[in-house]
Amino acid sequence: MAWTWFHRLASPPHIYRVAGRLTPWLAWPAAALIVAGLIGGLVLAPPDYQQGDGYRIIYVHAPSAWMSLLVYSTMAVAAAIGLIWRMKVAHAVAASCAPIGASFTFAALVTGSLWGAPMWGTYWQWDPRLTSELILLFLYFGYMGLRSAFDDVQRADRVSAVLAVVGVVNVPIIHYSVTWWNSLHQAPSVMRLGEPTMPPSMLVPLLMMLLGFTLFFGALLLVRVRGEVLSRERTASWIREALQP
Amino acid sequence: MSNSGAIGQDPAARVRAHETSAARTRNGGESSVSALTAARLILARDLKLAFRKRSQLVQPLAFFAIVTTLFPLGVSPELSRLRPMAAGVVWAAALLSSLLALELLFRDDAQDGTLEQYALSGRSLTWLLAAKTAAHWLLTGLPLALMAPLAGMALGAPPAAVPGIIASVAVGTVALSLIGSIGAGLTLGIRRSGALLSLLTLPLEIPVLIFGARATELAIGGAAYGVPLQLLAALAVLGLTLAPLAASAAVRINLE
Repeated sequence: MAWTWFHRLASPPHIYRVAGRLTPWLAWPAAALIVAGLIGGLVLAPPDYQQGDGYRIIYVHAPSAWMSLLVYSTMAVAAAIGLIWRMKVAHAVAASCAPIGASFTFAALVTGSLWGAPMWGTYWQWDPRLTSELILLFLYFGYMGLRSAFDDVQRADRVSAVLAVVGVVNVPIIHYSVTWWNSLHQAPSVMRLGEPTMPPSMLVPLLMMLLGFTLFFGALLLVRVRGEVLSRERTASWIREALQP
Repeated sequence: MSNSGAIGQDPAARVRAHETSAARTRNGGESSVSALTAARLILARDLKLAFRKRSQLVQPLAFFAIVTTLFPLGVSPELSRLRPMAAGVVWAAALLSSLLALELLFRDDAQDGTLEQYALSGRSLTWLLAAKTAAHWLLTGLPLALMAPLAGMALGAPPAAVPGIIASVAVGTVALSLIGSIGAGLTLGIRRSGALLSLLTLPLEIPVLIFGARATELAIGGAAYGVPLQLLAALAVLGLTLAPLAASAAVRINLE
């Protein structure tokens, strides 16, 4: 009885309708938070005493890096649900996550490298975080490559789901091994999130951006899931009714 | 010996070798042969088949030798410049040649239907694939481990580093074979899967590269290499417990 909501999620027409209704509820708060966070971070927050205005790229970089991991975990959880309960909609969610996650990872890499130019004096350093992000980007590429190698959508779903689950077991191992590898060669140079070194005037906009990016991902995911469901169910009869104006 | 090589190319010989090793599996009845016995028979069969096609055994080793040769030619002939990068070169070459050998792991058995029979045999596919992976390690990982010191010494490693290099490559290739078995299982249904297989497996193998290269580097420098070797062994044990499960799930999906 308590699980009816879960079983109803497996129905494509239901998820199509719910996703459509939910999208604005995520998109508008996301837009508001991102605009407020950008104003707070780029205009109101004081310049850093060491990095000057250069640190302000953190307001895009850190949320992107955070999203790159969150999207991967979401993808793996959706893939596992799809594998275990054979829920087609969950596979559609996992498939929709991959390009979004790869884009966030790419954004984190680009902003990290742009941030590196004034701080390190070079666009690329083998910094543990950037290196892990780069490997994560390869993991996303592998996932998308594996999906596209199959013509049969159901087989692509299940094979790539196994890869996503294997990958999520590996992501922490990769992260810690890269950190360990890097600590042998140079002292950690990047500040850590969660350390109470940031004054509230800098921290609050950052938290707003984090939440804004998360909601933005939610809205984007819903739009993509709707697209996935439409393309997978293109022969089903409910689509004609759903698309009636 | 050339005669037996010719038999190895013949599909009928593959079937016969399969029958001699697995006949007991089939005729002995469903319940009397445990998964472990079946796994042992598969291990014996895979080794027997591999020794009938020696060229396939030698190719990854030759590839390993060629890749390590490229570095002195591309960088410098001076040992003083090669020595600092010897561990990295040996490991990158080992990673690539284990990747090259991976395509052999399931391909032939998938093409002639053997894997399908394994999946239908009613025994745990996980055990059977673990046996195949073990055979794969004996045929590619172990020879690589024995050859790695040669490559290392050609790049300036002292003879005292030989045990360290062998140990790290031997343990590391266990993890590589296991991670690779997942990749090979995932790409089973894809033709010309080489590039995709490397894109899938290499990122997952990066921790093995990091700890393995570090252990080898310390061994070459004459330092204690226990810590990275233990971390490498931890990866191998983790792979041993989880990889056959993932590989069998992947193979099963691809056989459907």
